[in-house]
This record gives sequence, structure tokens and C-alpha cells, in this order.
Amino acid sequence: MATEKPCLLIEFVVSLEGHNLQELRRSASLATKVFVQRDYSDGTICQFQTKFPPELDSRIERQLFEETVKTLNNFYAEAEKIGGSSYLEGCLACATAYFIFLCMETHYEKVLKKISRYIQEQNEKIFAPRGLLLTDPVERGMRVIEISIYEDRCSSGSASSGSSSSSGSSSGGGGGAGGR
Amino acid sequence: MTPGGGGPMKDCEYSQISTHSSSPMESPHKKKKIAARRKWEVFPGRNKFFCNGRIMMARQTGVFYLTLVLILVTSGLFFAFDCPYLAVKITPAIPVVGGILFFFVMGTLLRTSFSDPGVLPRATPDEAADLERQIDIANGTSSGGYRPPPRTREVIINGQTVKLKYCFTCKIFRPPRASHCSLCDNCVERFDHHCPWVGNCVGKRNYRFFYMFILSLSFLTVFIFAFVITHVILRSQQTGFLNALKDSPASVLEAVVCFFSVWSIVGLSGFHTYLISSNQTTNEDIKGSWSNKRGKENYNPYSYGNIITNCCAALCGPISPSLIDRRGFIQPDTPQPAAPTNGITMYGATQSQSNMAAATPLLQSEPSLTSEELPLPGKTTLGTPCATLSLGQPTPPSSMPNLTSETVLTDMIPLKEEHDGHQFLTPEEAPSPPGMLSTGSPITHSHTLHVLSLASQDSLHEDSVRGLVKLSSV
Repeated sequence: MATEKPCLLIEFVVSLEGHNLQELRRSASLATKVFVQRDYSDGTICQFQTKFPPELDSRIERQLFEETVKTLNNFYAEAEKIGGSSYLEGCLACATAYFIFLCMETHYEKVLKKISRYIQEQNEKIFAPRGLLLTDPVERGMRVIEISIYEDRCSSGSASSGSSSSSGSSSGGGGGAGGR
Repeated sequence: MTPGGGGPMKDCEYSQISTHSSSPMESPHKKKKIAARRKWEVFPGRNKFFCNGRIMMARQTGVFYLTLVLILVTSGLFFAFDCPYLAVKITPAIPVVGGILFFFVMGTLLRTSFSDPGVLPRATPDEAADLERQIDIANGTSSGGYRPPPRTREVIINGQTVKLKYCFTCKIFRPPRASHCSLCDNCVERFDHHCPWVGNCVGKRNYRFFYMFILSLSFLTVFIFAFVITHVILRSQQTGFLNALKDSPASVLEAVVCFFSVWSIVGLSGFHTYLISSNQTTNEDIKGSWSNKRGKENYNPYSYGNIITNCCAALCGPISPSLIDRRGFIQPDTPQPAAPTNGITMYGATQSQSNMAAATPLLQSEPSLTSEELPLPGKTTLGTPCATLSLGQPTPPSSMPNLTSETVLTDMIPLKEEHDGHQFLTPEEAPSPPGMLSTGSPITHSHTLHVLSLASQDSLHEDSVRGLVKLSSV
């Protein structure tokens, strides 16, 4: 089993170079999902907790993960920023009885597109090689960042039968070989 | 690629999955049609959609049509009967300004009524299961026969402790300022109130449209009223009062409608201006969440401190896009019930909450937890009819602390119509907003049915589904 894990991880990377994350899903089996919840300590603005989930301990470096979440938080802060340009947009929209929204894209929507590009990029470069997948929060109603943890099919015989959470020791071996 | 050793192991897992997901009759049947359907068609809330998902309203739209008729008829009569005289006698600017106001009123009304107020989509089955797990760990209770105590989380915002309540219908912890509208059966962000006059909830995304609507309607009402009076006076100077009334009978109707509307609409605008300047929602104001009466240390943590910033933030701040993606297509999942060969794949991007397919592989992969996981959601859902009625809802207000204008009260629908005792009474009839909907049993009944559909969509254990069927027949 141990010898098959590296070859599978190579297959992960190869499949990603075809920019097809669907192949990742097909070639691996989903073990569990981790949810990073919203952080409301600053009010209703969109921010996610930067607390590192223990299930990801064996899969990804803490610093990489926190950096991703912090960047996402910054993007959302930019989208919701109340300042000169947002006032201008608001006043213009009001003056046209909000008909302008029929043709124009709001600043928020533009930033959301940036965010989804960023998440796609992070998935391809950082998360998928470690057998993880980030789901854009906008697809989950901005409630959570959903991180899917995948197991290799080869190791699933040993890993998924016994272990419940992916951070169990049996899957830790698989993650360890891949993540480092 | 798959080693032979993994095969029989996988077959074991998949056979377990198939029994659970075959229980709801609808989902395999639905799957065949799902590929072409848009998300609004399977939206779990009680909303009506038009124009293939572009327009979203509450279920009861009768009063909205009344609003529309009143505005259109009054304005139409004004332009048809009063404006020709006034344009000649005084200035043609009158119909022009009237036209601009009318255009603005209609635009903002339609925007308010047709847009998504900020509905929070319901939790996917995985999220719900994860939350349940966390809550059980926090509460320390096992899956007993009783419903667990109300679930809250506390968070400190700007120095104030705010309680986040768990919504049993949507299976999420509501963000601060969000509330569940029992008429629309949705959690709405920054929930203000449900307005029957616009036929929709007023929440984060359409509050500014609502405010601009009532503001411009106030101006329009005052405008029409003033110029109708002017018209009658000018005419009666020429031909006498009674003849003037005979010459333009429409003016009488307009004057009556405007007279009764002015008090309520202008009062409502004033009230909402106050709310905006203090950055509160109607909901918070009624409950007195941030009033000094609760305690000296009680203050509004969301206020920016000064009136100008509060106003600008509410009216000119960024508008977040709709989270429910009504016009998106439902992603077809792999047919997981009957396909052991395919495996638990194609999982990621589904958003269809009607599809429990996503969750069962996850739950099944933890065989030790299976027996605990599945009955739990079942029990929660069984408890949901009661929960939505009694739990997690704001307590009905017993007094109106801040409202000076009595007519203002009548516009607001409380979130819980089941409690008839605290409903606002209607002082007058049609022109001033009565703001009441008949409530009680139809809604509770539909709650149960709605829970039923949720349960079948959640694809619980067969027995749980049968149990719920029996519950609904009661």
C-alpha cells in the first residue's frame, strides 16, 4: 500500500495539470469535510475564523492555510468597504432609480469574481496536491469555507474502513507521505 | 488503478448507501429531471418566482397588487385630469416633476418587491451534520428521546454580547441581525420586517430600495395632494366650489386617497429615517435590543457613531449579491444509490439541498458513527415543527417603546403570527396600511408539510420518513 501512495499523488498532480479538478474527485474518494465558520467578532462583515482545524493538521502547513484564509478575509473586506467609490456607486444607482444595476456589475460582484479565481488558483497550486479542495464560500451562502478532504483509493482499503476522521493515524500515514 | 483489495470493501460501503437513499421516492425520480432544472424550482422557502427565477416574491401577493393599483390609479387620474389644467394655469413643470416622482416610486417599488431581500440558503446536509456534532459535543448530551435545549452561541461584537440563535428550519446559526421570517420560511440577513404592501421581506439587500420607495411615495403623495387641492381651489375661484367638484370628480377621489395615505406613509418614512440614522432594524427596535431600558451598558454595536455615516452605510453601501443563485442550474450528482461501481465521487460542487446524495457517502464512511448520525437529524426534523413555532424566534413585544406614530405600527408584520395576542391592530381601512394577515392554522399546517418535504429531501432513514408522514396526517 505504501508504495502505491506516491504514484497516486503523482496522478493527482498530473490530473491537475489538465486543470481538471473533477479528475481529482473521480480518482479519490471523499473522506470528510471540514467547515471553517464565520467570525462575527467584528460585526456582520464577512470574515472567516483563522483558527486552524485539527483535522487538517496532517495535511497542510498551518501557515499556508492561515494565509489563504487571511487573503480571503481581505478580499471580502475590500468588497464590503464603505468609502468614496461605494458612495459614488450608491448615489449613481439611486439617481437612476436603481435601473443601472440592470446593465452594470456591482463592485461586490467584481470582487467575488476575483475571489473565485483566487480560490481556483489556490486549489490547483496548494490544496489539491495535498488531497484537499476548497469550496468557494459563495456557494455555501457565505456561511462556511468548506474544505473537502480526499483519501487515495489505494489507501482507502486500510484508511476508510477503520478511521472516522481523516486525521486518524491510519490516514495520517497517507497524508504524511503526500503532504511533506 | 483501483487495487483489487479495495473492491469488496467498497461494495460493502455502497450497499449501505443504497438502502438509505432509495427510501425517498422523489429523489431518484427527480434526478432524471434535475439536470435541466434551475435552483429556484426546488427552492425550499415559501416564495413565488416569476420570469424563470428573475423575480422573487413572498407567497401572499394580494396586498402588493392593491398597492400597485392604488398608486397607478391615483397617479393616472392625476395626470389625466389635474395636470392638463395645472400645466396650463400654473406651469408645465408640474406634470414633469410628477412624472419623475412617479417613475421613481414605481422603480423602487418593483425593485423592493422583486429582489432577493438577503435570504440565507439552508445548510447543506454535511454542514448540518457537522454543526449537530459540534453542538452535541458542546452540550454534552447524547441522542436521547427528547429535543435538546435551544442552541445559542455567544459572540462579542464591539463590546456587546450578542447571542446567535440556531435556526431549526435552516439548520444554521443565524448571523447577527438575521432573522427567520415565518411567512416566507427563510432566514433573511439584517431582517427588517415582512412587508405585505410590497409583497416581500425587507432585509439587507432591499432595505435601501424600500426606504427610497416610501420616501419617494411620501413626496408623491404630498405632491399630488397639494396640487389636487390647488386645482380645486383654482377652479372654485372661477366656477364655485360645488361646480369645481363636479367638473373634476377624480380630484375628490385622489384627495381622499392621498389624505389617508399621507399620515401613514410620511409617518413610516420618518420612522425609517430614525432607524437608518441609528443603524437599527425594525426588528431590533421593536424588541428593544439596544435600548437603554435594558441596561446602562446596552448600546448598538453596529452603529458607526454618527448619523451621517450610518445613513451613508445603509443607503450607499455596497450591495451584496444574492446568495441563493435562483437561476443557476442544479448540478446533477452521480447516481449514488444504485451505482456501486462509480463510487462516492462528483461530490464537490453540488448545491442542491434537495439531494442528500452528497451527505450519505460522508456519513457512511464513518461506520462507527452511522447509528448515531442518522437518527439524530431525524429527531431534529421531527422536532422542527414544534421548534419553528416555539424556538429561536423573537419574543413578541408587549409594548411599543419608540414609536410615536401609531399608524407606523400597522405596517409591520411580526415574525410569529401564531401569537395572536400581540398583533398590531388596524386603526383604519384600506388607504392606511392595515398590515395584517390572517394566520394560525394554515401556517402551522404548512410548517409541518414543509418539514415533511425537508425530511424527504434530507433522505433520512425510512422509518423517520414514515413517522413524519404520520405526523403530517394528524
